[in-house]
Amino acid sequence: MFPIEHFLLLGALLFSLGLMVIITKRNTIMILLGIELMLNASNLNLVAFNTLLPETVDGQIFALFVIIVAVSEAAVGLAIVLQVYQYYQTSVPDSVGELKE
Amino acid sequence: MNFAAFMFYFFEAVAALSAVGLALVRNVFYGALLLVVCLLALAGIYVLALAEFLAVTQILIYAGGILVVIIFGIMLTTKISEKPLVVEHGYVLSGILVAAGCFCMLAFVLSRESFTPLTVYTAPPPVNTTQTIGISLFSKYMLPFEIAGILLLVALVGAAVLASNIKSKKNNVPH
Repeated sequence: MFPIEHFLLLGALLFSLGLMVIITKRNTIMILLGIELMLNASNLNLVAFNTLLPETVDGQIFALFVIIVAVSEAAVGLAIVLQVYQYYQTSVPDSVGELKE
Repeated sequence: MNFAAFMFYFFEAVAALSAVGLALVRNVFYGALLLVVCLLALAGIYVLALAEFLAVTQILIYAGGILVVIIFGIMLTTKISEKPLVVEHGYVLSGILVAAGCFCMLAFVLSRESFTPLTVYTAPPPVNTTQTIGISLFSKYMLPFEIAGILLLVALVGAAVLASNIKSKKNNVPH
């Protein structure tokens, strides 16, 4: 079996890079991509810890539910992004400063 | 180094490099494609970690579903003819500092701990992970499974309601 530290180190790297994408990119779609990257990093950790107890599948089922929530988040998030873009004619989150006209 | 180990480190390198590329690239479309590469490499790692069902789900839902939706979003929110799909970078220094700090903290914790299971298992691992997951979903995890179905229904209706009725209020006459 592969050493679990290598899984966890890759998960930490992906999580940090997703955080960096969220902070540095000035586009809402790129921020959604960063959120997906962070969710996948957490999924990788769940699968990695499942390999320590291979007679159960609890970690994999938890990862499945994370994927389900990620799907819902992507769908609703993109719908919000589309509405914001139609309203403000921009997809830069910093330039969306007013909640109500 | 046998073949499985070679594939494991190959997939890890691909996932890490594509994630680094996602952090560096300025084109939204290239970013989405790099995320596809990263998610497929993660699916390969899942196969090697004996999670075949999760790997197939990852490919079907992420590479087949979410990324198609995201690419639709890119097409709908960028004026392709007027300006290229280039993203500005902001808060670069603070972003790098936060990411490096987060990674150093996690790596420090990982280097201190030794992850060994408290109880050494004696039962053999299930030969059919997919069957085990299916049985668990409909017995032990019945309630979360149903709640996930309700969540998907709510998200479906909510996304449809949000995305419909699109009209540009900026063009209206101010009153």
